[in-house]
Amino acid sequence: MVGLPTLIQLVLVWIPTLLSAALSFTRWNGLSLDDIKPAGVSNYDFIAQNYPPFWPAVQHNVLWLVFLAVIATPLGLLLAILLDQNIRGTRIYQSIFFTPVMLSLALIGVIWQLFYNRDNGLLNFLLGTAGTPQAVDWFGDSGVNIWAALIAATWRHAGYVMILYLAGLKGVDPTLREAAQIDGANAVQTFFRVIFPAMRPVNVIIIVITVIESLRAFDIVYVINRGTNGLELISALVIQNLVGEGQVIGVGSALAVILLVISLVPITFYLSRAFGKDKEA
Amino acid sequence: MSIAQPTDARPAGRAPSRRGAAAGTGSQSAGKRNKPRFGLHIFLSVLAVMWLIPLAWTVFTALRPKADTDKYGYFSFGGSFNFDNFVQAWTQGGFAQYAWNSALITIPSVILVLFFASMMAFAVSRVSWKFNVTLLIMFTAGNLLPPQVLAAPLFEMFKLLPLPYSVSDSGSLLNTYISVIAVDTAFQIGFVTFVLSNYMKALSPELTEAALVDGAGIWRQYWEIILPLCRPALAAMGTLEVIFIYNDFFWPLLFLQSGDRLPLTTAVNNLQGQFLSNYNLIAAGAMITAIPALVIYLLLQRHFVAGLTLGSSKG
Repeated sequence: MVGLPTLIQLVLVWIPTLLSAALSFTRWNGLSLDDIKPAGVSNYDFIAQNYPPFWPAVQHNVLWLVFLAVIATPLGLLLAILLDQNIRGTRIYQSIFFTPVMLSLALIGVIWQLFYNRDNGLLNFLLGTAGTPQAVDWFGDSGVNIWAALIAATWRHAGYVMILYLAGLKGVDPTLREAAQIDGANAVQTFFRVIFPAMRPVNVIIIVITVIESLRAFDIVYVINRGTNGLELISALVIQNLVGEGQVIGVGSALAVILLVISLVPITFYLSRAFGKDKEA
Repeated sequence: MSIAQPTDARPAGRAPSRRGAAAGTGSQSAGKRNKPRFGLHIFLSVLAVMWLIPLAWTVFTALRPKADTDKYGYFSFGGSFNFDNFVQAWTQGGFAQYAWNSALITIPSVILVLFFASMMAFAVSRVSWKFNVTLLIMFTAGNLLPPQVLAAPLFEMFKLLPLPYSVSDSGSLLNTYISVIAVDTAFQIGFVTFVLSNYMKALSPELTEAALVDGAGIWRQYWEIILPLCRPALAAMGTLEVIFIYNDFFWPLLFLQSGDRLPLTTAVNNLQGQFLSNYNLIAAGAMITAIPALVIYLLLQRHFVAGLTLGSSKG
């Protein structure tokens, strides 16, 4: 009963993770197992010093995280707070904001490409620049495309956060709110001092989702231009090194390990929250 | 614990109508504020319209023949509106094959995920064993890893595992549906195990104790007592996993080299190459890909949202 699922999990998730770490210290073209040569930390050296897309990718991942954390997540929370009140049509609003969550990130990339297109996209038409030399190629111009991609990502992320916080708000004991109001707290104070702290389990999950989503970000940029020209992300660089011309598995694996090590921060944070209390009880 | 805590799980799964009602009517303080809130409505309406614009633009473009947009421009209402682009994209773009591929990958994966995860969840939540927490942590953590971390070793493992050419035309696990199904299953088991184990922990221990007295073995307790009680959670997880796996872009991209084996979500990547700058056809292709997810959302919205809120450890 435990055996088969555990075996699947080990063979297809955990052993590959360890192999990634092992391969990151080797040089390999991916052809035959005999070609694997030990390489020490040279792959990491190469990435840090001689691999131009790496530092832009790190910056973009950080930017992705900051943007989701500062814009998309608070927007989702704001929507949840507004829609949690007894307003007419709240179901309709909820459905509209939630619809992008149903769509794959790859599809979101395509849909926004139609919207952002330089000559035929709606955005440039609304800005009045379509067909003029001032028209911006939102996904093509390396100066703006990361921001354009972040807006597309926000379109989905905010709805996701909204639905989780709506559930969280329903779970808050209504007497807490009443008690705060009796004590003379205004709506803003009630929210930040009472309601928000009471939703701690949801807050933990939102933090973890926001961090992990920004590390996993891949599909949108891959659909736009495979994560090049202003849209470099660590995850995309991993794949470029694995399937590209040279097939430099060692470099790809070293990038994967960097991604893994960063991911362990939110994963450990989440696990300690989720399982820490189990042990106390 | 997390959001997947039992007290959450019960109303969500067991009494969906109650949950539905709560979601619809808003919070408790609502009664006293009856003044119409125009400012709030204006804000929400503006935002809602902005939210719909990208999708609406795609639908609008998809419904117009290329000849009409060439003649009147993309920013016009001139010409006719019909479904010709959808028909053309479907036939010319090979969408029937992609849709079939999506079904071939999604359906077995979801069934396997529910089967393995429910077994695992039963074991760690209802049978006491000292490694329960360790196993559960391993499963939960596995689901949170970025898939790119495992990409290289999995790709090479599949490439180096020889298979007879009668089974796979690549001579290995690469370019087979099995590779995608296996990895999708492995990757999703962790999340579903975590959610279901929380759900099962909330069920009274007396249920299985009584069965134990009657001489029911572990398998009968699992299959005849616990699983039927988990039906709401299984429905929620099933709906959620159909969407997650249908929407998965990465694993088919990595493992499937033949274009005609790709599922819809990954094939979306090739729309531009296929239809060049015929944006009307690209829009129609995109909408075709969106339809299965939107239909599931309309039909099973309750289960989907219950699933998300039951266990949102999903990244």
